[in-house]
Amino acid sequence: MLKRVHFNSSLLPYLLVAPQIIITLVFFIWPASQAVYQSFLIEDAFGLSTEFVWFENFEYLMGDEIYLDSFVRTLFFSAAVAFISMSFALILAGFADRVVRGATAYRTLLIWPYAVAPVLAGALWVFMFNPTLGIFPYFLGFFGYDWNHYLNGNQAMLLVILAAAWKQVAYNFLFYLAAMQAIPKSIIEAGAIDGARPIRRFWTLIFPLVSPTTFFLLVINAVYAFFDTFGIIHAVTQGGPANSTTILVYKVFNDGFVGLDLGGSAAQSVILMLLVIVMTFIQFRYVENKVEY
Amino acid sequence: MVENRPILNVVTHLVLILGVAIVALPIWITFVAATHEETRMLQAPLPLLPGGYFFENFTKTFFGSGLSGSESAPVWRMLLNSMFMALMIAIGKIAISLISAFAIVYFKFPFRMGFFWMIFITLMLPVEVRILPTFEVVADLGLLNSYWGLSIPLIASATATFMFRQVFLTIPDEMLESARIDGAKPLQFFWDILIPLSRTNIAALFVILFIYGWNQYLWPLLITTDTDMTTIVMSIKQMLEAAEQSPQWNIIMMTALLAMLPPVFVVVAMQKLFVKGLTETDK
Repeated sequence: MLKRVHFNSSLLPYLLVAPQIIITLVFFIWPASQAVYQSFLIEDAFGLSTEFVWFENFEYLMGDEIYLDSFVRTLFFSAAVAFISMSFALILAGFADRVVRGATAYRTLLIWPYAVAPVLAGALWVFMFNPTLGIFPYFLGFFGYDWNHYLNGNQAMLLVILAAAWKQVAYNFLFYLAAMQAIPKSIIEAGAIDGARPIRRFWTLIFPLVSPTTFFLLVINAVYAFFDTFGIIHAVTQGGPANSTTILVYKVFNDGFVGLDLGGSAAQSVILMLLVIVMTFIQFRYVENKVEY
Repeated sequence: MVENRPILNVVTHLVLILGVAIVALPIWITFVAATHEETRMLQAPLPLLPGGYFFENFTKTFFGSGLSGSESAPVWRMLLNSMFMALMIAIGKIAISLISAFAIVYFKFPFRMGFFWMIFITLMLPVEVRILPTFEVVADLGLLNSYWGLSIPLIASATATFMFRQVFLTIPDEMLESARIDGAKPLQFFWDILIPLSRTNIAALFVILFIYGWNQYLWPLLITTDTDMTTIVMSIKQMLEAAEQSPQWNIIMMTALLAMLPPVFVVVAMQKLFVKGLTETDK
């Protein structure tokens, strides 16, 4: 942590850490502690009086069907986004790893969606799937399939999953390709000499060898789907129809800023914080050590 | 390649081209929509090939105020706001992380580890989970509708601090010893030796943070009410809402195109730095 050779204590190090620490205290730790404090309060409908109620807000959430539904929905959403974008990226990286010349060109063409803001990704997909004008509903119409994500909750869910997964393919592809290119060629050659065909080599050699990356990406994708997809939901469905795409982050925003339920929103924030702490712990405890090989 | 399999090679390229096509499809549709007139964009089926109105739409979007009949800042102003915000976030994060990593690695002082853990905690408190109280703090400080309010609450960074800490730890101790013999003061050492040695890391991090800053959505949405402070990424959502009454898809999609161009350009033009930054910060 500390250099063996270092400077002695003076005022200088305090000045150097001051900006970071002040911002951390003012904009991170103070608001977070406020959220914890508010989660123990209930405000009356007019905001005139508040009452300290211990865990009542949490108890209410645990019994609230809408909240529990939203929880399950978020888990499903994250699993679907992670599965679709990771498997798509894995297949593409597996093929790109075989390409001798031009691998960089393919990489360039595949990584740029990373730079597209989630809300823009949402805008592009909602345009393609616009029920009256969009390209896809038009073609689906030929098969007699009626697409309207403003009315059909399952279709709305599918649309946000696709938009979120599309944006994340770039990231997953990049890490899978890097992991595959780091596998020593001698291992693959040994497999080939033993008579394993490419597909077999992929499943019995390459896929197990990139499993640390798979685990790392699972955590990263879960965090992404939980917290970074707000823009997509806000642009595409606004949580609707009938809450069918209200994931937890969207619900915190909606209950706090639109519904003005301060205690309830703060209690949800606290639960989300606990989730982030668990995910960060998993990431540092298990991923850090195993990704190196 | 291990062995020569001509058929598999063809399949490989076909699969990759198909993959690229699937990934690029939404952008193609957006681009096509931005090259047609308004009336054409109201008839299903929508065109799949570009039309001839690209420059007309471009000037209309860039200098006009987005959709006709809506009261919003001109698009060039929004682009400028986004640029300011992204640069302030990226530069601010790098600057404060560099100096705090320097302090933590090169100085022995009381509460050193306490500060380190405090910075670490920020990793666990993304803005999405503490929206309301953070908004209240910014409102109390009078920072609503300002570039400071847009950027400062976002510039504390555990990942950047960790990365610089890692970089500094790999710099041999002899550097500092010899600098000391030559009579360098701490800040001199920092400026003349550490900064030049971590130049590529700074550049890589800048690429990632610029994209991060440019793409901020929830935060600007909360703290800007003044149309002059709207960022380009935010404006898309407002346009989508307006589109339900008067759909001007050519303008909306042109705006979307303009909004994604700077970060996409950064990724493609500085691909090596981008990959380096991504793999170094997230692990």
